[in-house]
Amino acid sequence: MDISMDKGTVSKALKNGAIWGFIVLELIFFSIAGEFMAITDQAFMDIDNMLLLLKQSAPIGIIAMGMTIVMVNGNIDLSVGATFAIAAIVLLDSMTWPIFAGLGDWVIPVSCLLALASGVFFGAINGLIVWKTGVDAFIVTLGSMLGFRGIVFMFNGENPTSHLNWTLVDFAEAEFLGLATASWVLLLVTLAIWFLMARTVHGRNAYAIGNNREAAVNAGIRVGPHMMINFMIIGFLAALSAVVFYAESGSVNPNDGMLYELWVITAVVLGGTKITGGAGNVIGTFGGVLAIQLLRKGLGHIGADTSTVNLVIGLILIAVLFLDRQLNVKGKEELKV
Amino acid sequence: MATLTKQQIGTVLAKQGILIAFAIFMIVFTIANPKFLTMDNLFSVVRSSAILGIMALGVTFVVISGNLDLSVGSMMSFSTIVVLDLHDELGPLLAIPAMFGMTLCLGAFIGFLVGYLRLNSLIVTLGMLSAIHGLTLTYSGGQNMDIADKEGTWFSIFGQGSALGIPMPILIFLGLAAILGIILSKTPFGRKIYAVGGNGTAATFSGIRRARTVFACYLISAFCVATAGLIQASRSLGSQNTVGQGMELEVLAAVILGGASLLGGSGTIFKTVIGVLILGFIQNGLLIMGLEFYVQYVVTWVIIILAVWLDIAAKRGKLWSSIA
Repeated sequence: MDISMDKGTVSKALKNGAIWGFIVLELIFFSIAGEFMAITDQAFMDIDNMLLLLKQSAPIGIIAMGMTIVMVNGNIDLSVGATFAIAAIVLLDSMTWPIFAGLGDWVIPVSCLLALASGVFFGAINGLIVWKTGVDAFIVTLGSMLGFRGIVFMFNGENPTSHLNWTLVDFAEAEFLGLATASWVLLLVTLAIWFLMARTVHGRNAYAIGNNREAAVNAGIRVGPHMMINFMIIGFLAALSAVVFYAESGSVNPNDGMLYELWVITAVVLGGTKITGGAGNVIGTFGGVLAIQLLRKGLGHIGADTSTVNLVIGLILIAVLFLDRQLNVKGKEELKV
Repeated sequence: MATLTKQQIGTVLAKQGILIAFAIFMIVFTIANPKFLTMDNLFSVVRSSAILGIMALGVTFVVISGNLDLSVGSMMSFSTIVVLDLHDELGPLLAIPAMFGMTLCLGAFIGFLVGYLRLNSLIVTLGMLSAIHGLTLTYSGGQNMDIADKEGTWFSIFGQGSALGIPMPILIFLGLAAILGIILSKTPFGRKIYAVGGNGTAATFSGIRRARTVFACYLISAFCVATAGLIQASRSLGSQNTVGQGMELEVLAAVILGGASLLGGSGTIFKTVIGVLILGFIQNGLLIMGLEFYVQYVVTWVIIILAVWLDIAAKRGKLWSSIA
């Protein structure tokens, strides 16, 4: 299965560049189509429009970075949407707790830390179960997707939790060098996870485990702790995504974040990460996130509704998988002989 | 008896664990509230589980063949909407086969991609989840679908009718389970599915046409989804576009709870039915005990993980995994 690392350099370059080529195609298509079909007079390639697009990519994009390392590691996490909701509720609810009443605006960092800690905690639970029981990550996180959602309801009840803190809103809406806070967080997270995966021992081991777990064990890599750390990272990032998003909106519904896992996985797979583990990188994922957001915005720009977006994204995902396999077939056949 | 080793207990637990758990739940709920074990209540639980259960039957085939199907939820929405729309345009007699035809086409498309092109089933069906949802929205124009004349149609018998005092959805569910159970356990085709899921390469070398077998499993799954959509449509005679949303994971949970391995090659229809009933009875039992609906989420979480964990633990003869 996992011998595609040996494929030819040409197809490798094609593969790594594919998502960016796709983005360029999207830009050209929507710019030209927009001339004829757009509802507004505004050009699609408008700089403000592109900056807004980057900001809107942030909630999914931040989680997708964590999903990349988890999937490269050979696991998957279906519970990110529920973790997202838990962190959001912890963030907004804890700001109103009486014990923090005397803190004034200093409650913001405390609440953010609590939210992030809850994300890490629930990620650690997933990781610990996968490590200690040996149950497949797909099943464990499928279960915890339900379980965490139950915890959200238990903690919160069925009503939305709202708390607008204007200092926090100001921070979320602030712009630095033309980029919104959410965009900065997305870029910094991408950079941090890129560094982690490409330049550290932990990252290299994650690839090794995903590529061939048995070989990794034989090479003396401790599989369990690496997997657990990666689940804690994705928990942290799901919480960070919630902090960035809800700082601005200030109101969370217990059903928020549902189906996020599907969007995130779609972005990661579009970005070239292998579902069986061992290959993929965050730069590709970043491209995948942008491509999806471009598609949503672009189709909206030329007057298509959400139904078309769903249809097109689904078919593109399958097409990408098909192309990816076609590119890999040659290398595999050579090795079989 | 006294000399039962730990290993033997483990094997018994692994083989019959899900039945034992089922029995324990029934006893606990009955003690907690006598209303639980009444005929009315039992019927109502099975009836409300029937739609999920029928979908789970089809997914069992797909899972045994070593693949996944995450598209059943949105496919069910599709068939519900389509049959409701065609009901008013063609009349029920033509609408039902037309809807089955369209749903089977979707199943055939997935089966072609996964079986013949050998694409990863998780991603293909994830893509189809989104694509079929889009298709449904396009078809309905985003509107809810309702039957114009709700009183004067015989279409409601599939969801609301009953025969011999047993509600129709239960009859269809159990009938389909019996037929599919026999196909899976008593026919050469059924054995091929286990062979393909257990070891695809070995199956190919022994002359089994793997692609065709996988293709057939997705057709069966689509057929079950169409049946579930028919019951759903007939029960409510009107529907939203998102009626099946999220059901793919519940269905998968039921199948896993029944002991089918996601790696393929194991699982039975009978155990899936038990898995479906456990989910249904837990939901009902917790509600009858006066707990909020979301408590079942947490309980289901714990049960899924315990069930799969004990299953693997018995197979490897050790409780904890050997992952360093």
